[in-house]
Order: sequence, then structure tokens, then C-alpha cells
Amino acid sequence: MNLELVPMLQQIMLVLASMVLLISFILMDQVRLVAAIHTFAWQGALIAAITTIVAISEGHMHLYFSALLTFTLKALLIPWMLHRQVRKLELDHEKEALEHPVIASMIAVALVIFSYWLVLPIVQQELIFTRNVVAISLAVVLIGFLIMVVRKQAIAQVLGFMSMENGLFLAAVSATSGMPLIIELGVAFDVLVAMVLFGIFFFQIRESIESLDVDRLNHLSESEKE
Amino acid sequence: MNELLITVFTPMAATLILATVRQLKWAGWLNLLASTAAFVASLFLAFRVAKTGPLTAMTFRVDDFNVYLIVLTAFVGMTSAIFSRPYMQYVCETGKINKKGMQLYHSMYQAFMFTMLLALSTDNLGVLWVAVEGATLATVLLVSLYRTAEAIEAAWKYFILCGVGIALALFGTVLVYFAAQHTVADGTAGMTWSVLYTGASKLHPSIMILAFVFLLIGYGTKVGLVPMHQWLPDAHSEGPTPMSAVLSGLLLNVALYAIVRFKMLVDGSLTLSSKPHMAGYLMMGFGLLSFLVAGLFLHRQRDIKRMFSYSSIEHMGLMTFAFGLGGPLATFGALLHMLVHSLTKSAIFVTVGHAAHIAGTQSIDHIRGLIRTQPAVGWALLFGVAAIAGFPPFGIFTSEFLLLTATMESQPWFTLPLLMGLAIAFAGLFRNLHPMVYGTAPKEQQPVQANMIPITVHLLLVLWLGLSIPGFLAVWLNRATELIAGASLL
Amino acid sequence: MNLQISLLALVQLVLYALLAPLVAGWIHWVKAKLQNRCGARIFQPYRDLYKLFNKEARMAHTASQLFRASPYIVFTATLLAASAVPLLSINLPTAAIADIIAIAGLLALSRFFLALAGMDVGTAFGGMGASREMLVSALAEPAMLVAVFTLAMTAHTTNLASLVGFQLTETFVLRPSFMFALAALVLVAIAETGRIPVDNPSTHLELTMIHEAMILEYSGRHLALMEWAAQLKLLLYGTLLTNVFFPWGIAQDLSLTSLAIGLLSLIAKLLLLGIILAISETVLAKMRLFRTPAFLNLALLLGLLGMLSHVILEIGV
Repeated sequence: MNLELVPMLQQIMLVLASMVLLISFILMDQVRLVAAIHTFAWQGALIAAITTIVAISEGHMHLYFSALLTFTLKALLIPWMLHRQVRKLELDHEKEALEHPVIASMIAVALVIFSYWLVLPIVQQELIFTRNVVAISLAVVLIGFLIMVVRKQAIAQVLGFMSMENGLFLAAVSATSGMPLIIELGVAFDVLVAMVLFGIFFFQIRESIESLDVDRLNHLSESEKE
Repeated sequence: MNELLITVFTPMAATLILATVRQLKWAGWLNLLASTAAFVASLFLAFRVAKTGPLTAMTFRVDDFNVYLIVLTAFVGMTSAIFSRPYMQYVCETGKINKKGMQLYHSMYQAFMFTMLLALSTDNLGVLWVAVEGATLATVLLVSLYRTAEAIEAAWKYFILCGVGIALALFGTVLVYFAAQHTVADGTAGMTWSVLYTGASKLHPSIMILAFVFLLIGYGTKVGLVPMHQWLPDAHSEGPTPMSAVLSGLLLNVALYAIVRFKMLVDGSLTLSSKPHMAGYLMMGFGLLSFLVAGLFLHRQRDIKRMFSYSSIEHMGLMTFAFGLGGPLATFGALLHMLVHSLTKSAIFVTVGHAAHIAGTQSIDHIRGLIRTQPAVGWALLFGVAAIAGFPPFGIFTSEFLLLTATMESQPWFTLPLLMGLAIAFAGLFRNLHPMVYGTAPKEQQPVQANMIPITVHLLLVLWLGLSIPGFLAVWLNRATELIAGASLL
Repeated sequence: MNLQISLLALVQLVLYALLAPLVAGWIHWVKAKLQNRCGARIFQPYRDLYKLFNKEARMAHTASQLFRASPYIVFTATLLAASAVPLLSINLPTAAIADIIAIAGLLALSRFFLALAGMDVGTAFGGMGASREMLVSALAEPAMLVAVFTLAMTAHTTNLASLVGFQLTETFVLRPSFMFALAALVLVAIAETGRIPVDNPSTHLELTMIHEAMILEYSGRHLALMEWAAQLKLLLYGTLLTNVFFPWGIAQDLSLTSLAIGLLSLIAKLLLLGIILAISETVLAKMRLFRTPAFLNLALLLGLLGMLSHVILEIGV
């Protein structure tokens, strides 16, 4: 692919997509919970920006709406809800350092390579650009998953979950110029409900183990049981 | 069309009513009423489809494959509702949940039914995803209904694992849509299953196989395929028993249904490529692994509901394997197995609910002498386990026999692990069953008020299917087989 | 003609040596203004150097010949490395040796002797400084190389002059990989030149210092050379960053006008860079030594991401 032949809007999109990936890395290494929520909000804003760019270049009206939806949901509403819960649970100064940050980042790098390797079989010339962005979004999804694995704190895990969703939005927007509006609304609704439920669970977990360290949820396992 | 709308939207209306009205007394009856209405409507729907062929309208599509699952779902939903009304009343009396919990339970029960029926009847892959995710959201609060530390842990695991899985499934769906956009003339129709199915041969094979990997892992999490099965035993053992019955009997089926639908698309796009059976092989691998691992884990369980949830994983693995194997015989067997397994497993969970009620615990070591304390429950458990373990003359024997025959025909070497797995699971179930049914009952153990209707109906149906498959059902399943495997069996 | 070009190369070398204290002075001055101090004049570093050269060089009685030789080696190696980085023009004979790996090697050589000299006398501070310096550089070097390779993969060369030439001839293209490489190199440069937040250049006798700890035993002309080398290194990294990523204005031929434009644009860029550095040093606080690895891991990560985004997004075969 010759980058000089790619239109300017798509070049900007590449830059933004790579920044989304960078934010995933930052999100994983972010020690302070509140800062992590802000980082996540930025990722949502970037996704909305990418949607807007696709909307401009493709001229689809419904993508503007989708961009607005993403921005409201991912950059404003969900971070705000998390913020409120953090304040209510008095976790404002909560810090959680990863046990092995370097290993975690290296695994994340490996995941990026892996996702690229996964899409490599797609070789049609006209799909190359899209394929590459799909690789990035897949990496964002997988790193979101990794965040959920390496983080012990419930809210940080939810951030990982939501950043997975961000990767999915990125894939949908870049690969297919967005899904049909009705589906997108459905997905957004599901995400929102999930967020509300997560909020309920924070309190339930806190009530039950007096902390949000999910590692301490370990009553149910195959090894014990009398 | 009307039948379909009534089937799907009755539960939704019931959800809204139950969520808003705080009339505790009637909630259980209303729940039952809505489930019955949905079931009756689904019967009409099935009749209609049998007479006039597939029904496609307004992004719905009901063909021979999903109509039988719709009927099954509505049926199990109804019988579980029969059981759940008195059972939840008893739970409420023990003080485990309050009135608010009851309200939540009933409305979410109907919401769950709605999402299941919507997922089955929709023609749009996006709506399918939204509905399956909705099913998670509807049930997750029910798993943590009792608010014990274990229940909350189980619900959190369920939420997180299924959330991750379902996210991967969405990624797969997006990839399918991506593949479709370059072949389907009307880009927005790229999520409609029937449109994709007609043009499946033009879909880009490498994108489709990549998509299928994600879909299999994603929906496979919901099916409970090993190694994504971790949530399943926890959610089944900690949630209320009627929930376990519908989760095992219905949710797993619906997730498997989604995988099979996608497999049909992928097979269509791969026919001309170098590896036409790739999707089938993947399913066989995951299925066999789940089948064997779950069989082994059966032996280690000390919680009765956990044990039967591993049995569910085992059977879902078997079905996944069979659908992966393809061919008319295996597909027919898998469809039949889906049916009998749902009926048997929900009957077993209902029985287990009564058994745990009698013994006051779910621990296998403390449930003793059921047949002495309350013969009905004891016999029901015995027959249920005999049926699930694949004893003749129950229906599961028939379907497993068909599956083994099909395996023998196309992949003879796989017969060996299958037989081994069946033997392991059989041993695992019976070594625990024996003391529970026959052992000496503790002195203070009292019989409870048990509603045996759902259990009896289910087990009799399974028995009937084992003795002779009625002609209309055979034709019906055969038409579904024709749709999935491309060739008819009869 | 040939003589002229060689002369020009020599001019560039001298220019490097002369500009280095000025840049250091400029940063000092801006920082002082930002902190509401009067501050020393911009030319103060020249006076300091002059003063030190005129002083007697005292040696510890435990010092070996290595200690005496080190300042000269360090200064020469740094100056040589600097002369290879295109300052005004990319068409100089030094362009032939302007290989980025050679530059990294020369810098490593100077660092090696700096650390040896720090340990030579046997004081506690010297040893501590040397070990810290080695820690920082061991982490910084891979990050730097990965970032540089990202650039090299795009331009298909590790030669700095060709790299700058490539940047100038290409039409304007947004490259995510260059963004990441720039960020990585900025972090590496901060660590290597001992600026805040890795090391504090203006401290003396602080337990966490790195560079100052190593040259604590030096005095007179030796100290002057060491200081001068440090200033040169700062200028070297500054030019490297500005000329590789923002090469506009650098002379591509040897006419007087284009050289003049080159000089003017260079001064403008360095002034700007100095202001940015001064602001960041005013805003940021020095971090604990144990967090330095995390800082440099970030640089490595950025470099890796640059390389990955180059492979995935920009080539994508």
C-alpha cells in the first residue's frame, strides 16, 4: 500500500486509529483509577472522531448520528457514571499497580502482532486499507481482554470491557462504514444497560467482600468444596 | 405473521407489566399465563409454517429449523413457569429474597423469554447478537438474586465471561457484514441471514473463516464450550433453580443455534476453497473437548446443581460435535438431541430443586434417601438421570445412537473417544445418584409439596421420543436437516 | 570545490562546538524567566567554560591515567558524533559517516569512558552515578534503536543525511509511525541528556543525581571538557530531533543563500525547542530513580508501536 496515494482523510483516520491503540496501552498501565477513567473517555472521543471522518468521506448521514451517539455514550455518559460510582465508593485515590507491567505490555505487543497475523489471509487489493484498520481494532479488543485479565480491581476490569467495546465500534465503523442504525442503537442500549448493571454489581461486590478486588471472589472453584 | 408477533411480544408485554406493577400475589400466575400464551401462539406458528413453508417478514424469518426451537423454548418456558410459581413462593417465605426480588425475578424471567424468542425468530444477525446479549443482561441479576457472596461471585463471573464472549461474537458479526458488503448489492441487507445465505458462495472465504473463529468462541462461551465454560457451573449452582432449568434447557440451545446458522453461511462460502469443512472441524474439536472434559469434571462435583450443569456442558459438546460432523444423519441426531436434552435437563433441574428443598442443601453428600422421604421426587430423579445418561428406552438413547452411527460412518476413529466419554459421564452421574436416591434418609427429613406435572410431562415426552418418534416430528426434523445439511435423511 | 566542501564540514564542526553552550545558556535563561528569577545571561556558559579552562586541574591521588584521559575521549567522541548529524546542510562529506548506528556507537563510547572515569577514583558518588548512568542507558538504547529502525524502515536507510533528504522530497504524508518514533526519541533524548524528569542538570550534591555524580571529582579543564561534552550532547539530540522530523529549511545545495536559510531556520528551531524544554522542566518534577525504568519502558513501547503501526498501517502487503 502506498501511503502517498491514500486520501488525506484516511491518513488522519490511520493516525487516529493508531492513537486508539496507544490509549489501550496507556489504559492498561494506568495506575490511578480516576486517570484511567479519563483515558478511557479519550478513547471514546477518538472513536467518535473516526466515525465523523468516515461520515465525511462516505457522506452517510446516519454516521454523523452514530458519531454523536458514540461520543455521548463512550466519552461522556459512561465515564461520568464510572466517576460517580468511584466517588460514591470512595475510591478517588485508589491506585493499583500491575504486578508485571513490562510483561503485560509485551504480551499486548504480541497481541497486536497476533491480530495482524490473523487478518493477513485477506489479500484482495481493495480491502487492504480496511483490513489493516481491522487488525488495529482487533488488537484493541484483545488488549481490552488482557486488561480484564491482568487487572484485579472491578472498575478497572469494567474499563477493559468497555475498551473492548470501543475496539468493536472501531471495527464496525472502519470495516463497514458502521452497522445499520437499528443494530447500532441496540448495541448502544445493551452497553448502557450493562453499565448500569455493572454499577449495581460494584455495590453488591463491595457489600459482600468489602473491597472491589475481584481476586478475592474465589469461593467457587473446582479445587475446594470440602 | 400474527402468531409470530404474539409469540415473541407476549413476553415483552409481560416484562413491562411485571416490572411496573407491584402486585406480588399475581406475579407468579401472570408469569405462567404469559408463558402459556406464548406457547399456544408458537403452536399455531408451527402449524402455519408446516403448512405454508418458511415465513419471512419484517426482519423475522421462521423456517423449519428455528420453528421447532421456538416451540421447544416456549414449552420449556411454560413448564418451568408452572414449577417456578410455588417454588419462588417457598423461597420468598424462607426470607432469601424480598418482595422486590420477586418482582425482579418475574419480570426478568419474561425478559429472558423475550430475548430467547427474538434471537430464534430474527433474520438479522445484528438483532440476533443484541438479543443474545440481552439474555445475559436479563439473567445476570437473577444469578445474584440471593445476594450471598457465592451468588455475587457467580454472577460477576457470568457477566464478565459472557460479556467478553459476546463481544468477540460481535466482532465476528462485523466481519461477516464486512464480507457481505462487497458482494451483496444492497449493502444494508448485509446483516440479513436469508440474503447472505442465498449469496453465500460469493462471500470472501478467508474473511468468513476468520469471522467464524470469533463467532464460535463468542457464542461458544454461551454454549458452555470448554475452555470458556467457567461461568456455567457457577451460574447454574448459585442462581434460583427455575433459572438453572431455563438456562440449561434454552439459553445453551439458542447460542448453539446461532453457531449453526453461521456455520451454514461459512460452509456456503467455503465450498470452492481448499478447505471446505474448516468450520465443521473447528466445531468438532471444541465439541469433543467439551464433551470429554465435562465428563471428567462430573466426578469431582459435590454440589448437585453443579454436577448437572457439567452434564449440560457435556451434552452441548456432543451436539456441537455432531453439527460439526455434518451430514444428514448427524444433523438429524443433533436436532433430536437438542430437543430431548432440553426436555430432560429442565425436568432434572426442577426435580433437583425439589430434592434440595427436601434436604435443605445442595450438597450431594447431604442429600440422602429421597425415595424413602418422597418417592415421587426420588423416582423422578432416578428416571431423569437414567434418561440423561442415555439409557434406553429414553429419547437421549435414540439420539446418541444416531450420533454414534453417523460418527462411525464418516469418522470412525472418533467413535472411541465418544464411547469413552459416555462411559465416564455415566459413571460420574451414577456414583453420586445412588446414595442420594437410595441411601438412608436423615430422621427429620420431611416431604415437601412438589408439583410433579412439569417433570412427568417432560419425562413422558422423552420416553415417547425414545420409543417411537411421531411421524410429524420426523418429517419436521427431516426438513430442518435438509435445510442445514443440504440433504434429506428419510 | 572539494576543499570548499571540506571546509564547510569543518565549519559545521566548529559551529556545533560553539553553539552548544549557547543552547544550554538559552534554556537556563528561559527557565529562569519562567520561574520569575533574573537568571544568568545567555552567554554565561561560555564564561564558565573559560573560567574552568584557566583553572588548575586537580587530581585525586587515587586517580589513574584513565581518569586523566577520559575527558578528552569523551569530548572528542561526542564532537565526532555531533559532526555527523546534519546541522546546516545534508550535502557534506560527513554525510557519508552520518549513519545513525555509528552515532549511537560513538555516544556509547563516550558514555563508557564517562562511567569508567566516575568509578576510577573510588568515591561512593562516582560509583553510584556510573551505575545509574548504565541503568538508564541500558534501557534507553533499545528504545532508541527501535524508534530509529522505524524511521529506517520507511526511508530504507540508516543514514541520517539520506533520511532527512527522504523527508524533504516526500509529499506531505501523515505517518502514525513517525509520531510514535518522535515521541519515543523525545523520551530517550530526555533520559540520555540527563534532563528532568530523569536527572536534574542543575543539582549539585543531591543523592539522586546521575551525571553530576560521575564528574564530581573533576576540576579545571577536565571539568570544562566534561561540561562542554554534555552541552554538545544536548545540542546533538536537539538537532537530531528537529532536523529528522521537521527538516524544513535545511540546505540541500551549497549556495550561500540556502546555507543562510539553513542557519536561520536552525536557530529558530533550536530557540523553540529550548523554550519547550524549559517549560516542560518547569512544569514537571524529577521522578524517583526507580521509576526511570517505567519511563524508558514507555519509550520502548512507543518505539514498538511505531514499528507495528508502520508494518500494519503503512505497508500492509
